[in-house]
Amino acid sequence: MKSLIPFWNILVKDMKNYYLKPPNISWGIIFPFAWMLMMFIKTKSAFDINQVFPGIVAMSVLFGTTSMLSVTITFERKSRSFERLLLAPIKIELLVTSKITGAILFGIFNSTIPVLISVLYFKAPVANWFFLATGIVFLSIISTLLALFISVSAKEVFEAQTYSNFYRFPMIFLCGLFVPVSALPIIFRPLSYILPVTYGVDVLRYSIDSTNNLTPLLSIIVLTAFCLFLFYLSIFNIKRKWIL
Amino acid sequence: MLVGMAKITSGKLFYKDEDLTKNIKKAQRFFGVVADESNLYDEMSGYENLCFCASLFGIPKKTRERKAIELLKAFQLTEAANKKFKAYSKGMKRKLTIAAAIIHEPRILFMDEPTTGKDIASVRQIRNMIKDLHKKGTTIFLTTHYIEEAERLCERVALINKGKIIRIDTVANLIEQTRESNITEISFEENSLDKNMILENFGKKFSNLEYVLKNETTIKISSKEKIDIAPIVNHLSEEGFWVNDAKLIKPTLEDAFVQITGIEIDLMKKEKK
Repeated sequence: MKSLIPFWNILVKDMKNYYLKPPNISWGIIFPFAWMLMMFIKTKSAFDINQVFPGIVAMSVLFGTTSMLSVTITFERKSRSFERLLLAPIKIELLVTSKITGAILFGIFNSTIPVLISVLYFKAPVANWFFLATGIVFLSIISTLLALFISVSAKEVFEAQTYSNFYRFPMIFLCGLFVPVSALPIIFRPLSYILPVTYGVDVLRYSIDSTNNLTPLLSIIVLTAFCLFLFYLSIFNIKRKWIL
Repeated sequence: MLVGMAKITSGKLFYKDEDLTKNIKKAQRFFGVVADESNLYDEMSGYENLCFCASLFGIPKKTRERKAIELLKAFQLTEAANKKFKAYSKGMKRKLTIAAAIIHEPRILFMDEPTTGKDIASVRQIRNMIKDLHKKGTTIFLTTHYIEEAERLCERVALINKGKIIRIDTVANLIEQTRESNITEISFEENSLDKNMILENFGKKFSNLEYVLKNETTIKISSKEKIDIAPIVNHLSEEGFWVNDAKLIKPTLEDAFVQITGIEIDLMKKEKK
């Protein structure tokens, strides 16, 4: 119970200091809105919301979480305020969980804009709200953990952002965001399945029109395994790199 | 290593006979750390920073709020309580950083160069705070390059050279060990008397003392034994000098440091720069 006090306060501090700042809130709204608009303009009359919906939701979550977490972690490390957290008697697992929770919630918030626009304006036929929510939550967690993994290795915010681009942009094409994995050249398909976002997008596809490649349960199991792997790998790296 | 920012490579960490070498998180409950740079949150106010730091130690909301107010008052920061940390002056930042390190009432406080780069008023205030904390029973590990600060504040001093402790003892013992002779300086009003002649007479009367005219108005006297000042002052008065000051020159911790390490202070400062 006592450990919940630092957990909650780190989360609240991050929310106030970073995520709830007007530029970030507006970014969280404008970014997915701009993507929706771009798709709408590009496809004009033949706008198939089912096709673009998983991609836009996934991109909003992916870019939102990865950008913000790399800022909060790298910035705090550079200003040495992260040192203050490491000096507190909090287990490192709890500390990392509280740091990433803010980014996960930010990712979920980012996804609400495309979901609302798709459902309310474009009448996207969500078949399974539970799996839609599950997919978004998992996408948010996995994107945050990818950002954490990168942030632990970066010294500067710009470094973290640059490294993030190395996986963010290929993921747009390889993870079935807009082009289904089954439509990719066969040579790229194995690559798709070693990227965790593929499984999150597949769950989203199941929730909207059941055009998924894997069963949602299998995708969730794989996503859980990826989450655990990235979480402990990041903790291992923090201990190795930051606690000299 | 002790505070958990580096892995313990050798030795053990004991707290009250309990081996905490492998449970540094438990040890951190008893520790407070003042880093060499103020590492609080720029976007938060002084009050919010203190409350947040207390929360990291699991202190409940009401208690941490009360403590934050008490500390802001004690550190004369009440008026700046709601100002953002980034708007604080360097001295205020330092004080708040110390307050943040003691809000959970640590039994051991680590302070890394707490007064470096601060104005005189802040330095004096911080030194008084350190003294007060020590009086209240907090054990303080103070790292400093200001050797006079160590002499003034510390009971035991570890002299470190090239990363190794080369001597550890009380300030008095360290100084005493390096004392080679007793030195007294006697100052007098400027006059037109023949000082060479008078010094010659002085030498005849006090043959056990070594003496030198330091400048036109000061004689420096040294001896292996204790120096009795009264007969010297009387003698000089009889010779027509108007003595206005006589003081025993005590060796300082700096002298002890130079002698023990063989490093001149100036060289050390240059190396640090």
